[in-house]
Amino acid sequence: MTHDPVCGMEVKSPSKYFIDVNGKIYEFCSENCQEKFATDPMQFLEKESLSKAGYRKTSYGIEKITLPVLGLHCISCVNTIEQEIKKLPGIKVVKVNYTTEMVHVEYKSGEVTTTDIVEAIKKAGYKTGQATLNLGIGGMYCGSCVTKIEDALENESGVISASVDLASESAIIKYIPGVVDVKNIKKEIEQLGYQVFDTSSVKATEENGSDKKDVEEVDENELAREKEYKTLIKKFLFAAILAVPVIFFSYPELWGLPEQFQRGSSTLRLIWIAMSLLSLPVMFWSGSQFYKGAWAAFKNRSANMHTLIATGISAAWIYSTVATFFPGIFPEAKLADQFFDVIFVVVALVVLGMALEIRAKGKSSEAIKKLIGLQPKTARVLRDNKEVDIPVEEVVLDDIIIVRPGEKIPVDGVLIEGSSAVDESMITGEGIPVEKKVNDEVIGGTINKTGSFKFKATKIGKDTALSQIIQMVEQAQSSKAPIQKIVDKVAGYFVPAVMIIAIFTFIAWYVFGPDPNLIYALITFITVLVIACPCALGLATPISLMVGVGKGAENGILIRSGDALETAQKLDTIVLDKTGTITEGKPSLTDIISVNGFTENDILLYSASVEKASEHPLGESIINGAKKKSINLFDPTDFEATPGYGVEAVVNNRKVLLGNLKMMQKNNIELDDLEVRSKQLADDGKTPMFVAIDGTASGIIAVADVIKPDSVEAIAQFKKMGLEVVMITGDNSRTANAIAKQVGVDRVFSEVLPEDKAFKVQELQNEGKIVAMVGDGINDAPALAQADIGFAIGTGTDVAIEASDITLIKGSLKGVVLAIQLSKATMKNIKQNLFGAFFYNGLGLPIAAGLLYPFFGILLSPMLAGAAMAFSSVTVVTNANRLRKFKTNWK
Amino acid sequence: MTADQIFVIIAGLAAAAWVAWYFWFSEKKAVKIDSTGAIQEAVIKVKGGYTPDLLIFQAGKPIKLNFIREETAACSEEVIFDNLGVKATLTPYKTIPVELNIDKPGEYDFHCAMGMLRGKLIVE
Repeated sequence: MTHDPVCGMEVKSPSKYFIDVNGKIYEFCSENCQEKFATDPMQFLEKESLSKAGYRKTSYGIEKITLPVLGLHCISCVNTIEQEIKKLPGIKVVKVNYTTEMVHVEYKSGEVTTTDIVEAIKKAGYKTGQATLNLGIGGMYCGSCVTKIEDALENESGVISASVDLASESAIIKYIPGVVDVKNIKKEIEQLGYQVFDTSSVKATEENGSDKKDVEEVDENELAREKEYKTLIKKFLFAAILAVPVIFFSYPELWGLPEQFQRGSSTLRLIWIAMSLLSLPVMFWSGSQFYKGAWAAFKNRSANMHTLIATGISAAWIYSTVATFFPGIFPEAKLADQFFDVIFVVVALVVLGMALEIRAKGKSSEAIKKLIGLQPKTARVLRDNKEVDIPVEEVVLDDIIIVRPGEKIPVDGVLIEGSSAVDESMITGEGIPVEKKVNDEVIGGTINKTGSFKFKATKIGKDTALSQIIQMVEQAQSSKAPIQKIVDKVAGYFVPAVMIIAIFTFIAWYVFGPDPNLIYALITFITVLVIACPCALGLATPISLMVGVGKGAENGILIRSGDALETAQKLDTIVLDKTGTITEGKPSLTDIISVNGFTENDILLYSASVEKASEHPLGESIINGAKKKSINLFDPTDFEATPGYGVEAVVNNRKVLLGNLKMMQKNNIELDDLEVRSKQLADDGKTPMFVAIDGTASGIIAVADVIKPDSVEAIAQFKKMGLEVVMITGDNSRTANAIAKQVGVDRVFSEVLPEDKAFKVQELQNEGKIVAMVGDGINDAPALAQADIGFAIGTGTDVAIEASDITLIKGSLKGVVLAIQLSKATMKNIKQNLFGAFFYNGLGLPIAAGLLYPFFGILLSPMLAGAAMAFSSVTVVTNANRLRKFKTNWK
Repeated sequence: MTADQIFVIIAGLAAAAWVAWYFWFSEKKAVKIDSTGAIQEAVIKVKGGYTPDLLIFQAGKPIKLNFIREETAACSEEVIFDNLGVKATLTPYKTIPVELNIDKPGEYDFHCAMGMLRGKLIVE
């Protein structure tokens, strides 16, 4: 059997009537059709190809292409596109099909290219749904392979163009998704005997020029969302406007309309007929998504919100239409009633609800959009001693990048020349610009404020902090909070259960209900279907999680998963690593005591000058202390270091000794009360050193790992939140206790070897506690992993620390407080949403079923149910968006 | 009880039973994905649902799912594999690949942001 290309009838093959076109046989039902075809074969062949997008060469020397067009809104668009394409040379035929949203073009090869046509469509203001695929191809050894692959691909329907490059062993294929897919393209190439590998996965870009690729990609989803919103609003308006007269004529007795509009009149019957017809576009255009969605789900043996709405309005329409056209089949006249108003109102409200939800959801994902928007596009790189602007993707490791004031830093790196203040608030959440000097780390995506500088790229592409952050946030937003698992179980059974409840409601009302029982049964059936809102249930947790995690990212807090978020608000113990967490992690000068006529500056000058020759980290802190006071140092001579004692040297012709008690005793230096004062300093957790100049004790200089400015405050805050605060350190107990006392920690684990930190955390867990561990993420990794929640803090650009559940880019403990508060706020929000959704459905369904009727005579109108349903999911999203305003109650 | 009431009860119970059977107990058709190549690749059409929505893969081999979303309905904008922590934004009418590496056999759900559209990967 074959089809007649002219009339479309089935023809028994072989047929008497046939025509041979370039070797292909076309068969016809009759001589008539055969003749028609013979006079203009193109007309019929084209019809065949119009049904799908594609590209092919014909033997007439004419090429044909069919492209999908996005955004065709009106018939007049068709003309615009056709005219724009006709302006091109060599165009034979242009046909824009409004319903299938396809453009069919026939053109002379050589005179115009597909790209020109795509350009023309763009010029007319429309887009073609074209995707570009970059593939690596292996096994090509000659130029002929190129043409072989290109030809094969271009003959594949749906492929617009294929360009294969032998040198780079790659192909760029433009194709129409939906008509052909990556798998088929690959198969095609593999069948020719070549290997295919992904260079970079499919870049779904629209034909828009490569320069703005990234922007386009983000915007496109935004555009689709905007388009959907507009369509929904149009659908809503259509249904809503028509609903007004429908409601008006549905309740003639309510408005006291004249006799001819009252029930039973022939005028009203005509109006009912009109309503029945008018409800068709409302159902199948305004409500088309319900039917499409319901059908798609039905095919997959699943059911969703669309199923419920579609069933509800269909039931209303069928009953009402039967009542309108065949009122006689009802045993009683009062049963022949109509519910067209229900269709109009329910469709209008639910569609409006969907539109509002899109708007609200756009806001929920703002945080991640902001992060994506931070990604720089270009970099000014030094290549061959010349400054060149290149796309950020082309920056390689160790490139020297120049950044001017006001510019965005393109990738992560280390500053090598110049200095500036950089606004890192978008990454760290810290409002004050950070001073950057040589050897400081700069983060891609942050903004340079004051000075120009050069830096060396240390992390590029996917490895930059910003990319990692985006990836982590996306991952967390897609993870599931444990609480959601219960919801999922319910959601799986929800919709069919509602359908069964609706059926039982119908039976109950029909059998036990008052007269007219059929009407009551139908209304309650519809109301039950319409009021159920599986969306609110499904949306409750993920939407809050999305906002909460996004909010965290805005403040430099990266929450790894919903699991972490849920555990973080249940914590009862927090273990803080001392070095680098409570303290700065590097020593600095804290005290100078001077005696015997020396000044503090003398002591600093001489001891710092001696230390110039030493490489000890403590020495460095003394030198930094001197630099801060702008003291010019001398160069020491005769430097000598005695391990376990201290250092000595000649500075400015004076013999300087710098060391511990043993050193002073060895050199017979009289210390007097300095010894007592040194002990006091040591008790405070500091490291004191005696200074003697020319054989006389001149004072003490003390260094210590100083406590971060906000540690005390943060620890107080932890306690306020009811957490037990524990400090863990490798220091001796004296120093540890001294620090603990200063910051207000009650429990200390001192002299703990780094590898034993995890055991200590486990010890606490064995006490039945839910333990958080805060550390630097590198030395403390095992402990972070052992803890219920590991906080890695002060990670800078190393955000992807595996062991941590929550990563803080900043080094302040304040971030931990904020993270815990945010977790609490988010979980509270989730619980509110879930309670709301369960409560709504749990209460709404029985009321809709008419459970209150026997007791109070209350029966819910299906229209009211529609309103409730439409706004329940909007409410959930709106509630989640309240989290965006989350602020710490710190201070 | 009148005849019509008995009819409504019987028809209603039958309808309810059918709903329960069709949506909960009937066997869903699973699509077994060719696993002879280096990667297991499948195309999933997204339009009011996922087609196919039940796919069988082999464990240990990379999986590539090419999602083509043929609608702008906001529901299906995101596809989430929550046990895998993978999320993708599906740009309408584009092929969006989602690459997965699953070593452990089991069932892995995927769904849209609201959980209205659902599908499942069965990894053997």
